[in-house]
Amino acid sequence: MSPALVISRREIRTYFNSAVAYIVVTVFTVLTGYLFFTQLFVEKQADMRGFFNIMPLLFMFMVPAITMRLLADEKSTGTLELLITMPVRDWEVVVGKFLAAMALLCTAIGLTLVFALTVKGLGPLDRGPTIGGYLGLVLMGGAYVSIGVMASSLTRNSIVSFIVAFAISFGLYLMGRLTQFLPQSWQGLVAYLSIDGHFENIGRGVIDTRDLIYYFSVIGVGLLVATLSLESRRWK
Amino acid sequence: MSDVMIEVDGLTKDYGSTRAVDHVSFTVSRGEVLGFLGPNGAGKSTTMKMLTCYLSPTDGRARVAGHDVFDESLAVRRRIGYLPEDTPIYRDMTVLEFLQFAAEMRGMSADQAAGRIHDVGARCGLSDVAGKEVRELSKGYRQRVGLAQAMLHDPDILILDEPTSGLDPNQIVEIRSLIKEIGREKTVILSTHILPEVQATCSRILIISGGKLVADGTPEALRAREKGGRYRVVVESNGVPKEAIRDRLASLGGVARVEPIGGEEGTHAFALDAAAAADLRKPIFRAAVDNRWTLLELLRESASLEDVFRNLTTGDVTSGDAGKGES
Repeated sequence: MSPALVISRREIRTYFNSAVAYIVVTVFTVLTGYLFFTQLFVEKQADMRGFFNIMPLLFMFMVPAITMRLLADEKSTGTLELLITMPVRDWEVVVGKFLAAMALLCTAIGLTLVFALTVKGLGPLDRGPTIGGYLGLVLMGGAYVSIGVMASSLTRNSIVSFIVAFAISFGLYLMGRLTQFLPQSWQGLVAYLSIDGHFENIGRGVIDTRDLIYYFSVIGVGLLVATLSLESRRWK
Repeated sequence: MSDVMIEVDGLTKDYGSTRAVDHVSFTVSRGEVLGFLGPNGAGKSTTMKMLTCYLSPTDGRARVAGHDVFDESLAVRRRIGYLPEDTPIYRDMTVLEFLQFAAEMRGMSADQAAGRIHDVGARCGLSDVAGKEVRELSKGYRQRVGLAQAMLHDPDILILDEPTSGLDPNQIVEIRSLIKEIGREKTVILSTHILPEVQATCSRILIISGGKLVADGTPEALRAREKGGRYRVVVESNGVPKEAIRDRLASLGGVARVEPIGGEEGTHAFALDAAAAADLRKPIFRAAVDNRWTLLELLRESASLEDVFRNLTTGDVTSGDAGKGES
């Protein structure tokens, strides 16, 4: 088994050995469930739109909580030295951490498929937007996780890591809302940087390569910076 | 000795503007247990971190098992077992889980891993705690888990940063004998600031101070480096003035310094520092006979490793003083 997978398996085990996994999954499903069912019963509307709309904001808090200690903790307890002096490449460490956080996030997302089934039971489910929405969730989640892993690589303090990840995600979230204050020539670029704009596009059931490129770029840059940050111990 | 396992040449590490390790060079052969000795902050850990590829040298080269630590760091890391300072181990795993994780990281198959974990666990005395979480273990057991992890893949080279710190005396003896046993076929580098430790376990000592290598040799060779030694002479006074005796002793060939020290009533006691390695016991005895002193005590105190260590690591040391080992 590749070292990245060994690391991610260990990390997933840590999630489920500690309370983290259960707290995150419970809070996430209860919160989204509450939002979904109030919409269902109060507005008598059986669709997934409200559920998807809240996700960019919810991830902003939830994902940094998952990722904050991934590398920061290893630094502060010194286990990073043990890990990195084993025969493993720095990027494999980073990817292993990323995969572990993705696995937990996808577990949480997977549980919400219950809502989709509920909608389907009550009436016609919009197949395209639902499939697109879930695909978008995973891609957007990947971007958030990558930012979180990067933030965790920059510090040895989990709280700082949380705040940095939150701040960066929030900054990218704001991008989509700032456009009207900017000169015309900037609007296109800034709107493109918006982390949730692409999610909305994919959520319409239209999968455009530009949106995919955006998420894969964010994931790539985040993991690259995290790897460089790990490597920086060597040239500092 | 042939079969060079570690070759370090001009290794240097700067942290910002401070130089932690300053042009250190040495080689280590198979079957050597090398003690890395020095005060806290002398650069022992930094050197080890460079040998294990955790840090990169600012200047100089190091080859471990024939591979360069910078260019072929994966190959180096496959050949070494490393116990970092303070034994960082994932606290939420059980001992068995942790060792399985380490085995997987080393690319062992499940069967291979099970066999090795069993052997190494038994050797390190971990059989009773296999199912316990690392956080519940005492420092001594955690140290053993760290050691087991380092030995798991049967590496040719073991690098142990303060392997006995925090252990009780019984555990120290156990760990030392384990290290000695490993040192018969493998190469071991261990760091410590505890002198009896190197005397008990190491076949060779490097003393490092202020980032510089100040001595390199067997414990015996290092002790011999400390020239001459001290003598304690006690003579019955019998009306002989103290000064006369002192002058006579000082005039003996090879005596660097004579210093009266407090003695019992009716005696004169002196401490002599020898200038060279020559044995002064005979001349002192002859002088006593010729002058009809009653010699009550004559004791040669050979330099201890403590003296060597203290002399080499307290200031006034130049890099040119670095002794070359004979191995």
